[in-house]
Amino acid sequence: MSKERAEEFFNTFKKTAEFVKELLHDNERLRFQIARLEEELKSFKNRGVSIDAHAECHKKIALLEAEKQELLERFKEVENENKNFAEKYVEVENENNNLANLYIASYQLHSTLNFKEVVQIIMEIVINLIGAEIFVLFILDEKTNELTPIATEGLDISEVTNAKLGKGIIGKAAKSGENYFSEIIPMFEQFEQELPIACIPLKIKERTIGVIAIYKLLLQKERFTDLDYELFTLLAGHAATAIFSAKLYSESERKLSTIQGFIDLLTK
Amino acid sequence: MASINILVVEDSPTMRQLIVFALKRLKDVSVTEASDGVDGLKKLSNNKFDLMIADINMPIMDGLKLVSLVRQDAKYKGMPIIIVTTEGAEEDKKRGLTLGANAYLTKPVQTTQLIATVKELLKI
Repeated sequence: MSKERAEEFFNTFKKTAEFVKELLHDNERLRFQIARLEEELKSFKNRGVSIDAHAECHKKIALLEAEKQELLERFKEVENENKNFAEKYVEVENENNNLANLYIASYQLHSTLNFKEVVQIIMEIVINLIGAEIFVLFILDEKTNELTPIATEGLDISEVTNAKLGKGIIGKAAKSGENYFSEIIPMFEQFEQELPIACIPLKIKERTIGVIAIYKLLLQKERFTDLDYELFTLLAGHAATAIFSAKLYSESERKLSTIQGFIDLLTK
Repeated sequence: MASINILVVEDSPTMRQLIVFALKRLKDVSVTEASDGVDGLKKLSNNKFDLMIADINMPIMDGLKLVSLVRQDAKYKGMPIIIVTTEGAEEDKKRGLTLGANAYLTKPVQTTQLIATVKELLKI
């Protein structure tokens, strides 16, 4: 029994000795850390940095960080503003170009009173500014109520027949005065007069004097653009007045020469 | 006195006016117009040009013939040429560029695109 107790006592003593050894080790480590920190403090003091100054630096760093964050946000804002300006610039530039196109088209249309030249200018606008490859310009004969083809592009004029006012897509567009656009632009296979992709009635106020029927766009042109719709609106009015004025002018010229002939006959 | 001279060879007065109108927005640019290839050649021989813009489909002499003749002239070997045409097929483009054009734009041409090409070729 006493042997057992002695063994127990010995074990407890052994554990206590180990614990004390550990404590001594920790103590050594802490002493070393204190010595290091004291050394550091001394070096700060030597460099003239007090603990207060150190804290001040931390404060300043925090302030600068906040300022940096604020500047970054401002930069982001300015960048967005810049992007908006760039987008607006492109928009204005496009609008400017569109207006230039419209101005030139209308200027050209009213640059002559020669009927043939007016027709030529209309054709040029539809080819170069709209990008149509096959189209027909019809003029309405008010006596017969028929639309007669007077100019074609991409096909022979003999392939086109007169269209009755109010009949078919072309006739209906002419009668209603409303532009017609086919919902889809199908692959062009062959010319079918009754299947245009667009019909633009040429009108003076509510009076239709002709129609432009488009059948095919240029290879590189897939669909009509916003500018095209504006050009169509311009063509509808300006081409009509240009045609009408040119017709009136040639008629008046003819009448004038007839009257002049009579006057010459009477006075000689 | 303009420092950049550009020749525009185009038979359509509407298209010509549109190109001239766009080019005049550039600084120090003087534009000369020609209505076909022969007229273009005449103007090229009488003046010095920094760039030429030409259509393909023109009466008397077409744009492709004009480009090949211009490239044979030592005076205009290095002059940038832009073709502006309705011919949008890839083979037409290849032909135009092989003959000596520097850029090939198809109608209906965006004037912003035309100006950007002119600026790029003239490095202005």
